[in-house]
Amino acid sequence: MFKNKALIRLAFSGSVIAWLALVFSDISILLSDLKGLQAGVPLWLPRVMLDLYVVSLYYYYKFKIERDESLNFTDLLWKVFATGLVATVLSLAIRLVLFLMGNTKLPSNILFGDVIYQINLALFLSFLIATYSSWKRLILYQKSKWLIRTWLVFEFSLLFVLLYDSVNIVLPDPISITINITLGLLALVLSANMKWVAYLNFKQKWTSLLLLLLTFFYLAYFFYTVTRQSAVIREQSETFVDFSNHIFNLSLFSFVLTYSMFSFLVIMFNLPTSSVFEQKLEEVVNFQRISQSIQTEQNEESVYNILLESSVSSVFADAAWLEIQGAAKERKLFTYGIDESEATAIRDHLTNNSVKGILDQGSDKTKNISKYLATLKGYRFRSILAFPIQVKGETIGTLALLKELPEGFNKEMTRIVSAFANQAGISIENFRLMEEAFQNERYKEELKIAKNVQKSLLPERLEQDNDFEISAFSESADEVGGDYYDTIRVNDHQVALIIADVSGKGTTAAFHMSQMKGIFHSLAQQELDPKEFMVRANQALIYCLERGSFISATYFVINTNVKKIYYARAGHCPVLYFNALANTAGYLKDKGKALGMIKSREYCNHVETNELPYASNDIMVLYTDGITEAKDHRGEEFGLGRLKQTLQSVTGQTPREIQDRLINSLYEFSGSKEINDDYTTLIVKFR
Amino acid sequence: MVHIKRLQEEGIDCIAIIGEIDASSSIELDLTIAKSVGEGFRKIVVDCTALEYISSAGLGVFMSYIEEFKDKNIAMVLFGLKEKVINTFTILGLADLLHICENKTEAKKLVNELSL
Repeated sequence: MFKNKALIRLAFSGSVIAWLALVFSDISILLSDLKGLQAGVPLWLPRVMLDLYVVSLYYYYKFKIERDESLNFTDLLWKVFATGLVATVLSLAIRLVLFLMGNTKLPSNILFGDVIYQINLALFLSFLIATYSSWKRLILYQKSKWLIRTWLVFEFSLLFVLLYDSVNIVLPDPISITINITLGLLALVLSANMKWVAYLNFKQKWTSLLLLLLTFFYLAYFFYTVTRQSAVIREQSETFVDFSNHIFNLSLFSFVLTYSMFSFLVIMFNLPTSSVFEQKLEEVVNFQRISQSIQTEQNEESVYNILLESSVSSVFADAAWLEIQGAAKERKLFTYGIDESEATAIRDHLTNNSVKGILDQGSDKTKNISKYLATLKGYRFRSILAFPIQVKGETIGTLALLKELPEGFNKEMTRIVSAFANQAGISIENFRLMEEAFQNERYKEELKIAKNVQKSLLPERLEQDNDFEISAFSESADEVGGDYYDTIRVNDHQVALIIADVSGKGTTAAFHMSQMKGIFHSLAQQELDPKEFMVRANQALIYCLERGSFISATYFVINTNVKKIYYARAGHCPVLYFNALANTAGYLKDKGKALGMIKSREYCNHVETNELPYASNDIMVLYTDGITEAKDHRGEEFGLGRLKQTLQSVTGQTPREIQDRLINSLYEFSGSKEINDDYTTLIVKFR
Repeated sequence: MVHIKRLQEEGIDCIAIIGEIDASSSIELDLTIAKSVGEGFRKIVVDCTALEYISSAGLGVFMSYIEEFKDKNIAMVLFGLKEKVINTFTILGLADLLHICENKTEAKKLVNELSL
């Protein structure tokens, strides 16, 4: 940035110095010529200085205009206009001063006239070069390799002409004519590059026309002034730098003029079609809006609204509606310039006349069915166009556009709106996919929490006794279930045990499980008879469990004084009991309904306390249905039989060993460690 | 996966369950029964001949209607339960709260008697 500024200043001071040198050398030559003396400065000096002036200005504007990225097309024209304005005002001011001086001696002095001429020439050249730089940018807008090459040839030709002007070699006519024609042709070819005009909107085009008109005025004014003044001076002396003898100046002037004229004409002829270009541009912008609407965390509704607005503005529709079948099959109607009742009336009219292929959701055909509207009395619309909106190949809605004019839609419009509808379909599909992924993520997160809760509800250590040893194992599936087991010491000779399975899964199950834990810990302390425990637990639970939920449980009290187990089964899997003395294993079948199943005091008739004496080496296996219902690859269940067999093969081992054997044979049976349910075992071995 | 069919004969709504009832498909079973009740059926028989498995959630569905049916005087009879399925009903203690028959003829007979 700093470097750029320094270069601009350098170029500017260079041009000022060159110009001052030009003026002084020129005046001195002129003076010597008038007095018939040998000039004190070489005759080529003014010409070289003029070259330097031109080159410096060229760089000055190169940095000031060409490299300034912030300028748009009208800004460029403004720059040209402003430079021209400053130059013209300065020139006119000088004229005014001269006019005020009247018929004094000074204005008629040839030297003074030369100075005035030089000032005007400098201003003129400055304006020309500024315009040249601006035009260069306009021509090279959307450049191709070929265009850049042509431009370089043109610029170097101009430089060549500039250098040629300053040396006194006269080329033969054919060569100079060839050069002139080449330059002219190049200028014409380059002037055909008018792509920028298409990007102007209507207002900008009018501004540009006005600015170009003023540019013409400046060009004409300066051309006239400079030619007049040089003619006056030439009458008296032949040795000064004449503008019209400079091919470079003339070429530059013609190029600038040609391009200005071309631009003017092209802009003028483009005026009537500019609205079409604006329309196209707006379509592109609308497209972007639809496709971006998904990224900006907008909802489906805003996609629909954008689609509605974009379609309406693209085809100049008077009204439109969008009927959408939401993800949950509900219907939504979005309207524009029409109220819902009117839209429904039109739709019903079309449905009643069984017009196929428009509002019929099953059809993917887009048809212009305006003629059917003619039969609908009392409505202002005479044209209708409808499109299906599809997501994953399934029609989820219809977009209908309405116009008051008959035959108001053409093929082009159909194509555009159809593209919009497709894009909207894609956006909505993406949106739904994202929403789905989001929901899944939330669900997983919830499960994780529930799983943690469930884990934390299971006891860290189990009650042990001189009379028995307990080992427990519990694993939950991906979906959280509600397996629960716990032990509590009631007094020095009684220990309470519970195993329970909460119906259902997820957070509700974990929640019910925590209620069960609370019930167990409060009731077990009261030394209740197992049946009484169940009755009270049921009473407590019927108000907490939701419809269809229940808890199956078995509650045990092991009394080491009398060496007996007292238990009550509430719908839980039957206990597997190994009698060491008889060397037999069997399931304890007895009656008992799950907790929460009977929502009244009547429950006491559906549960009972059983008692069972135990002896040394007896084994009691408590389990949940996750074990017996585990399936192998053929879909066969592990079942009660296999559970019993497994136990019988390991009766001599410790509870921990029995448990490991049991879990291993379960894994062997199912062929993996992924069992589709929670599975829990609690093994009690008596000493 | 489960497939539930409904068939009306002689004023009895026959609901046939084909496949397995787990936590997610139990919702479908619940909706079907609710629909039947909503349509005003007083006699419902449930065909469990093709019911391969029922989870606790599925049992919960049957359980949840017991009281409601008692209040509204609606009769529901299940028939054709496989041994494995009936076992889960029995263990839970649900078997003697529901009416369960061997076959359709018996079920229809029972449902007619119950609704008198």
